[in-house]
Amino acid sequence: MLRELFEFTRPGYYGPFGGAFVPEILHTTLQELQQAFTCAQQDPAFWEEYLQIMRSYSCRPTPITFLENLSREVGGARIYLKREDLNHTGAHKANNVMGQGLLVRRMGKRRVIAETGAGQHGVATATMAARLGLACRIYMGAVDVDRQRPNVFWMQQLGAEVIPVEAGQATLKDALNECLRDWAESMADTHYVIGTVCGPHPFPQIVAYFQQIIGQESREQMLAQTGQLPRSVYACVGGGSNATGMFMGFLDDPQVELVGVEAGGLGLASGEHAARIAGGGGTVGVAQGYKTFFLQDEAGQMRHTHSVSAGLDYIGVSPILAHLHQIGRVRFQAATDAEVVEALRRLMRREGIIGALESVHALVGALRDAGSMSPEDTILVNLSGRGDKDIFTIAEALGDAEWVEFLRRKVADA
Amino acid sequence: MNLAAHIRQRLHDRRILLMTHVIVGYPSLEINWQMLDAMAQADVDLVELQMPFSEPIADGPAFARACQQALENHTTLENYFELMDRSAARFPMVHLMMGYYNVVLQYGHEPFSARLAAAGAAGCIIPDLPLEEYGELLAALNERELQAVQLMTPTNTLRRLETIGKAAQGFVYAVARKGVTGRRSEFSPEVFEFLSTCRRYSDLPLGVGFGLQSEAHLRQLHGHADIGIVGSALLHAWESGGLEGYRKLLYQLAAARF
Repeated sequence: MLRELFEFTRPGYYGPFGGAFVPEILHTTLQELQQAFTCAQQDPAFWEEYLQIMRSYSCRPTPITFLENLSREVGGARIYLKREDLNHTGAHKANNVMGQGLLVRRMGKRRVIAETGAGQHGVATATMAARLGLACRIYMGAVDVDRQRPNVFWMQQLGAEVIPVEAGQATLKDALNECLRDWAESMADTHYVIGTVCGPHPFPQIVAYFQQIIGQESREQMLAQTGQLPRSVYACVGGGSNATGMFMGFLDDPQVELVGVEAGGLGLASGEHAARIAGGGGTVGVAQGYKTFFLQDEAGQMRHTHSVSAGLDYIGVSPILAHLHQIGRVRFQAATDAEVVEALRRLMRREGIIGALESVHALVGALRDAGSMSPEDTILVNLSGRGDKDIFTIAEALGDAEWVEFLRRKVADA
Repeated sequence: MNLAAHIRQRLHDRRILLMTHVIVGYPSLEINWQMLDAMAQADVDLVELQMPFSEPIADGPAFARACQQALENHTTLENYFELMDRSAARFPMVHLMMGYYNVVLQYGHEPFSARLAAAGAAGCIIPDLPLEEYGELLAALNERELQAVQLMTPTNTLRRLETIGKAAQGFVYAVARKGVTGRRSEFSPEVFEFLSTCRRYSDLPLGVGFGLQSEAHLRQLHGHADIGIVGSALLHAWESGGLEGYRKLLYQLAAARF
């Protein structure tokens, strides 16, 4: 199934999803990117170079951790975490940016641009640009700039220029639009390092190619550590890059259930969420350069989305995952903001791990289902990122009075 | 309507035609009407009515903001078509729909084409719909004699320009410079070179847009193109000078055709 996924009958289409719906001015640039990527893919030295840089710069392979205490507490399947939070810059985003960075070097471009939601992809891109000596500009929705100030600070320290985007809802989708606009003028010397398995072809394919390292490692590690394949694999889904990368490792194991967990926000009934598939409200449309399920109104205008986690707060979903959903290979569910905060608290207290709010959505799904499974079964959850960046949001969600007092004092001192 | 023939016929007494632009619902439907009325009085040749969309990736900051504002003003598709109905019935300009594909897709290819034809449009410009994806919509449009206007851009390879040239209908919309609408003001010599390349790949009339700001720009295009397309400069004239400023620029542009 994995191989057939990228043997396109229509270029860039996964079932009826994907494509490249971009202004004509970007047509040639996308073709050049496709050629550079195909060329790199066919060169065995390229993947070796990629593995080398991921080992020496980003702690790969990341380990698998057995959640002994939580598993005992739930009393069902044994739960394992894939520790993408231990990557350089604290999330799986490093896999994609380092890979694209190597592509940029092959194409001889000097400048990179990227969109970012939570800021993780922005920080990762800024580190890659610093390391490879590239000029770097990050577009970030003004709302997200407010939500994720620490990441803005780090991007700037790493030498990137951060441009707050005021247009639209001033979140991730608007940052992505702004990148396409920049790129339409700057493509001669600039590469657009898209952060997720979305956007026009060949981006979903490229990002999936680099992120598949998560699933490849995980499959081997689970076999080595537990002697069997997991019964179910969980990953959170915003755009879908960590989920796609993880699921690719198990696509050809039909006995392994694949579960994507979307942002349920304030609850599916509230309308304040970003669950495009699990919520049942997503409909097929074309925006941001590709065709997939979008949260949109009947006239085709994109709706407001909400999630406690900036990284999942997005209107569309990877065309690859939309396809895998449609053919019944990936099951989707949603986790609410409240469930996520509670699960994060348990993960911290029982296992000493501070997961990102995004990633903990996947854990909510696993905790929900594990109880009805047998202790013979194993579950693998992709912990796509660490939660340090969420300190402000989590402190607010947990209602930590001492933290608020600390902030007051800091502000007064400054 | 045979759009190409109509354009050629109007070129008998002018060196270039003027095509203008309106974002429906911005600043308001009432002001859109005043703009269209002013265009008719200035004898503008063609006008594109932009359908607002929440993700306008081919538009620069000014139009993107205007689209957003139009949506915040609760401009509906029915408002859009009603304005087109009234305007096309009342004013002699050729009316074209400009908008993004998702709105068309949600409306449905057949119903959209039927409604557009009923509104009196001559065709449409959909900047995020590449040739390869036009299939079903193209059939629905052409069945009603609506033309799908295609863009040629300076980044296209000659081979791609040839493909676009073969598919083009009505006129060819040449992008004068790289990038999105409304960002730069200078006119480079490469533009003229590019326009003559476009001519090689299509016999249809040639329109030029993206970055046209002034009557001087329009005059520079005499002999190089058949239609000058002015969008964001007019919007800017409205925002900074109101109806008076808007009319002034319209008349200057209209006069620069001769």
